[in-house]
Amino acid sequence: MGIIKAAKLVFDYLKYTEEGKEPEVNRAIDGVDLDIAEGQFIAILGHNGSGKSTLAKHMNALLVPTDGTLWVDSMDTAEDDDVWKIRQKAGMVFQNPDNQIIGSVVEEDVGFGPENIGIPTDEIWKRVDDALAKTGMISYRKHSPNKLSGGQKQRVAIAGVVAMKPKCIILDEPTAMLDPNGRKEVLAAVRELNQKEGVTVILITHYMEEVTLADKVYVMDSGRIVMQGTPREIFSQVDTLKKYRLDVPQVTLLADELAKAGVDIPSGILTIEELVNALCQSN
Amino acid sequence: MSIKLEHVTYTYSPGTAYEMHALKDVSLEIPDGQFLGIIGHTGSGKSTLIQHLNGLIRPTQGRVLFDGQDVWAEGYDLKSLRSNVGLVFQYPEHQLFETDVLTDVCFGPKNQGCTPEQCEERAREALRHVGFPEELYHKSPFELSGGQKRRVAIAGVLAMNPRVLVLDEPTAGLDPKGRDEILDQLKELHGTRGITVVLVSHSMEDIAKYVERIIVMNGGQKAFDAAPKEVFSHYKELEAMGLAAPQITYIMHALKEHGMDVDTSATTVEEAKQSILAALAERREKQC
Repeated sequence: MGIIKAAKLVFDYLKYTEEGKEPEVNRAIDGVDLDIAEGQFIAILGHNGSGKSTLAKHMNALLVPTDGTLWVDSMDTAEDDDVWKIRQKAGMVFQNPDNQIIGSVVEEDVGFGPENIGIPTDEIWKRVDDALAKTGMISYRKHSPNKLSGGQKQRVAIAGVVAMKPKCIILDEPTAMLDPNGRKEVLAAVRELNQKEGVTVILITHYMEEVTLADKVYVMDSGRIVMQGTPREIFSQVDTLKKYRLDVPQVTLLADELAKAGVDIPSGILTIEELVNALCQSN
Repeated sequence: MSIKLEHVTYTYSPGTAYEMHALKDVSLEIPDGQFLGIIGHTGSGKSTLIQHLNGLIRPTQGRVLFDGQDVWAEGYDLKSLRSNVGLVFQYPEHQLFETDVLTDVCFGPKNQGCTPEQCEERAREALRHVGFPEELYHKSPFELSGGQKRRVAIAGVLAMNPRVLVLDEPTAGLDPKGRDEILDQLKELHGTRGITVVLVSHSMEDIAKYVERIIVMNGGQKAFDAAPKEVFSHYKELEAMGLAAPQITYIMHALKEHGMDVDTSATTVEEAKQSILAALAERREKQC
C-alpha cells in the first residue's frame, strides 16, 4: 500500500435549507480510487469545482469520507484516534500565505507545529533550523513574516510543515497568488524536498508549466479521476484536456499546432529543449 | 479624455521609521480606449499605482488628472471620478454580500441614484457582458463557483457604467478555461463599449495575448512602458526584476540560437506558429 490510498472514496457536502427539511446533497467526490507511492511527485489538475481541494482535504483528515476509505500511511482517516498522527504524516499548504502564518517572527512561526506536539525545546530549534535551511529561508529567521514577499511567506508556510517531519506534503494551489519569481522559488523548494528528502508531494495547480515536473498527473472532473498518466501522456491529449476546461503549457500547444499544420513533431512535447531538438531535426 | 499622472510620488507612513516610498516620480498617461497591462513583482508599486487612478489614495507629491482636471483640486467631485473609473480588487468575490446575484449587482447603480428599473436594466446588461447565465440571477452569490462569483463581482463594477475599468489580477485562482473566458469578455467589452481597460496580472502569457501596451513597475518606478513585443524583448532585464517573458519568447530565442531564422519578437502561440512555419518552408526551399 502506498503512502496515500483511496478506495471508492465518496464525499457529499450537505446543505441545510430549512429546519426539519431533508438537506440538499452535493456530491463533490464520486468514487475516487488512487494509490500514491511514497516519494512520488504527484500533480492534480481540474477546473474550479472539480473536487481537487475536497480530495486534498481528505489527505490529512480535514474531511472524512461520506463513503469509501482513505488511508494515510496505512491509517484510516475515519478513525478519530489517529487524526493527529495523520496530520503529522501529511502536512498541508494552502493558497493564501497570509492565512497560514501566525507567528510574529519567522522562526517562531516554523516552531509552532513541533511545539504543539510537545517536542523538547532543543529538538524544536534543530527542526526549525533544518526546515528553514531546506526551504532556503534560513537568512530570514529573525524577520517579521509581514515584511516578506508572497513567495517567501509560502516558503515559511512550507517550512512550518517540514518542521513536523511529514512523509507527505499536500499543496493546494500554493502559487496562485505569487508573481513569476515567487512561483519559481516555491516550486524549487518543493522539488528539492521531494528529490533530496524523499518527501511525497501532492501539488494542486492551475499552472500547467508546474505539472511537467511531476511523476504522475491526475485530472479530475465532477468529483472523478478522468485521466491519469505521466505529464507527457496527459499533455499529448490537448483536445481532451480542453474539454475538461484545462490547458497545456504554451510549448506543448505550439508543438501541437505545428503538428496539425503538417510539421513532423512527436506529440507530448513538454520542454523548450524538446521542441528545439524536434524542429532542428525535422525537415 | 484620459487619465494622467504627473510626477506622482507616494510615501507610506511618511516621517516615521516605517517610511516607504511606494511610488517615485511616476508620470504616465492612459488615453481613452486603451487596453493596458501593468506588470511587476510583489511590492513593486502596482497596487499603489492603480489606487491613484480613481482617487482612493492621494499622491504625496504630483498630480492626478482626469480629463485634464486635477482630481485633488478643491471642489473636484471624487464621487463622479469613482463612477467613471471602476476598480476591481483582487479576489473581488470576497466583497459580495447581497442575498441574490441581481440585487448585489444593483448595489452600485443604486448608490449612483438610479431608479430601481434603471438599476435592474444596468445590472442585467452588466451580467450579460460577463457571460453570467440568466437562470442563476436569483441564486445567492455564496452558492456559486469561484469563476461565477468573480463574474458577478466584475459585473457589479460594470453596472456603474465606468469609462475605465481597472482590474487587479482578475484571473488569479481560476482554471484555464475560466481565465480565458473572463479575459475574452473583457476584450469584447473593450471592443464593443470602447471602455479603457487596465489589467494588472502576474501571467505574462495573458498580458502578451490581450494588451496593446505594457507598463512594467519596479521599485516604485516605471521600468518599461511600451508595446508587448518591445517589452518582452528585454526578457533578461525582466528576469532580473523578478518577472519573466511568456514561454513563447524563450522558445523563439532558443530556436534562433540553434540557427533557425524565426522572429524572436513573437509573443503568442499563433505568431510563433506562423514564424516557425515560414522558417521551415524557407529551409526546405534552400535544400531543394
